[in-house]
Amino acid sequence: MGTLLAVRARGIGKCFDDVVALDGVDLEVTRGRIYGLVGPNGAGKTTLLGLLLGLAVADSGSLEILGVPVGRALAAPDGVAGFVDGPGLYPSLTARQNLTALAALHGEGPRTAGVDDVLHQVGLTDVADDRARGFSLGMRQRLGLAAALLARPRLLVLDEPSNGLDPAGQQHVHGVLTRLAADGTAVVLSSHRMDDLEALCSEVTVLAGGRAVFSGPVGELAAAHGPLDYRLVTSDPPAARRLAAGTPGVRVLDATRPPHETGPPCDTGAPRDPGRLVVRAPVPALDTLVAALVQAGVAVRELTPVVSPLEAAFLALTAGQQQEADR
Amino acid sequence: MTATAVDRPDDLDDSTGGTDSTDSTGGTPAARRVPVARAYRFELVKLVSQWRIRLLVLACWTAPALFVAGVSRQSTLPTDTLFGRWMHATGWAGPLVMLGFAGTWALPLLTSVVTGDVFACEDRLGTWRHLLVAVRSPRRIFAAKALAGLTVVLLLVAGLACSSTAGGLLAVGNQPLVGLDGHLLAPGDAALRVLLAWTCALAPTLALAALGLLGSVALGRSPTGLLLPALVALALQVAQTLPLPVAVRLALPGYAFLSWNGLFTEPAQLRPLLVGVAVGLVWAVLATALALLLFLRRDFTNPAHDGSGRRAVTVGLLPLAGLVAVTVAVIAGTTDPLGSGIGQEKVQRSVATAFAHLYRIQTGQLHRPAVTEEQLAVTAACTKGDGRQAQEGPGNDWRCVVSWHLPGVRLTGQAVYQLDVASDGRYVADGDGPKEVNGYFLVRTPLGDAPNPLWQFDGTVGLLPTPPPKG
Repeated sequence: MGTLLAVRARGIGKCFDDVVALDGVDLEVTRGRIYGLVGPNGAGKTTLLGLLLGLAVADSGSLEILGVPVGRALAAPDGVAGFVDGPGLYPSLTARQNLTALAALHGEGPRTAGVDDVLHQVGLTDVADDRARGFSLGMRQRLGLAAALLARPRLLVLDEPSNGLDPAGQQHVHGVLTRLAADGTAVVLSSHRMDDLEALCSEVTVLAGGRAVFSGPVGELAAAHGPLDYRLVTSDPPAARRLAAGTPGVRVLDATRPPHETGPPCDTGAPRDPGRLVVRAPVPALDTLVAALVQAGVAVRELTPVVSPLEAAFLALTAGQQQEADR
Repeated sequence: MTATAVDRPDDLDDSTGGTDSTDSTGGTPAARRVPVARAYRFELVKLVSQWRIRLLVLACWTAPALFVAGVSRQSTLPTDTLFGRWMHATGWAGPLVMLGFAGTWALPLLTSVVTGDVFACEDRLGTWRHLLVAVRSPRRIFAAKALAGLTVVLLLVAGLACSSTAGGLLAVGNQPLVGLDGHLLAPGDAALRVLLAWTCALAPTLALAALGLLGSVALGRSPTGLLLPALVALALQVAQTLPLPVAVRLALPGYAFLSWNGLFTEPAQLRPLLVGVAVGLVWAVLATALALLLFLRRDFTNPAHDGSGRRAVTVGLLPLAGLVAVTVAVIAGTTDPLGSGIGQEKVQRSVATAFAHLYRIQTGQLHRPAVTEEQLAVTAACTKGDGRQAQEGPGNDWRCVVSWHLPGVRLTGQAVYQLDVASDGRYVADGDGPKEVNGYFLVRTPLGDAPNPLWQFDGTVGLLPTPPPKG
């Protein structure tokens, strides 16, 4: 079983002077899976990714990467690639020159290293001969991913790879990561975008204050949170409100009221519309409500979570941790 | 414990040439690291891709030729620069004028731009982590960057030397060069000494380049780090103009930028030159080692790293200050520790020698019967100030009365010179008459007016004891 693990961390601790960046973090990443790290700013995500890339060493705990125990050497083990705090690119070189120079570092020519192929994979073929100086953040992210791909990694570590990506770029990146995982590469990525994590990751670890407050499958995290807030748009709002109020387990929230009066999370993020209803309910109660609406001849035009399940769970978990830290 | 205090067993076995090595903690395979040669090529690609480096290379390989050729064709020559007054006479004066200018301005600035930025640019671009993940050895990154910076600096220095030589030879020609003691150097001899002079200037250049590495590592993105070589060079130049004891003067790393002029006397004043070269090389080695030490201890996890001021002082500044103290002590043990090195006897000997050689040149210009230095038996009586103060040290109040004899003439010829002696031993002798000998800048020759070699001339006084000159 151990050989299937790309990362096995036990009780990892890391301090920077008086600041505790990581405090007893456990992490297991299976090969061929995409693993998400989430947490508020300063939670320790980048520090943990830096340890995986060999940019720092842990003060305590044990870390195995690709089956090899990591010692106190400041260098990434073979088979590990990626970036933290944004990709490292040289603005005076073109995209192709950046990759060719990197390939030459490993003793490969542009053809054998597959420079054109990785440029194609991340959708930068058209700008391959443009200097990186003029690249947008999204293009830089994609070029950084291409640089990591050149190393043919067995563990790919990416810090906020979706920052600045347009939908097309996002599609490229998701495609690349999914293909890599399918080929057996373990991918560890951090992101603030819950839609990314939901779309890509099979498992997540939520970090807060340097500790792992949740580790497990994404579905488990979403389910762990309990009732969610849903936005409900129907053909007959008064009837819908009446039916919702009468359904056991369903609580009608007033979407027109400010968030603090209904308790978080309830901001619909949409213009306040009396025709819209916000209800808080667990999934079984919501099913009952929908059935009642249909039976009453009320058409359901929209029923969506106000906040994604993952985001809701994230906010709940990290808010609790923050309050504990404040105390 | 922080990331800056980790052990780095990966750096202890760099001889593995990029193959797997053994981690000292558990005998487990460590990362496969990139050989220094590849990392060096990577650094060169990055350096050469910068427009300012390309511009500097182009400028260093073309501008000196244009400058020397242009100045050589002007009526007014840069007589305040060593060998500037001979730019009309020989193409070999051009590269020496350029060397004087380079030691003062060009080389400190060039080393600042190249080595002062070689580490800081990664801080500015935020690419340290990328580089560390790619190369997997901080020590190899340092070696590659230092070698790439050195390569570009050498390319620039070679450009200055070759371009100025080409400009001089094409504009003026391959003529003999008048040395700093007035003797004529055949073109081949002049070429060799010009090459040696530029080679010797590499030692202080390397010292400045190493200081650039140190500043770049210690101070990160701070402009002070980038400007460190230029600032140090400026401070050294100011120090060389002060009336410092000769032991302190020779212990400063920029002294070889001045002492190369000792190659242009006969015999050559080699001791100050060799001391200057040795001091420059020791500075280069020590500053590079300190930069490496600081680099291996830096925190690569902090993207906003701007160096640690305290560490820069304790690891960077204090050892170099200690080196100055040790060097002063060593040199003081072999010479007069408090003297200026410029004594009355040395000045008289130098002026008499130069006059004898230049008189022979003037004799040739005037188509008079040739005389030898032995026949002339030139002597000089030099006094400083009103003669009541100490007859030593730099100043523009030296006055020399030169006497000589001609075969078959009973009278002793005499001429007067006012001397402006600089702290580094270089002097300008300004003829004060008689007009027919050294009082006018032209001499009337059968072929027309020609520059009078005895009117004004440059000379140098060796600051360390040297054997008496020939002739």
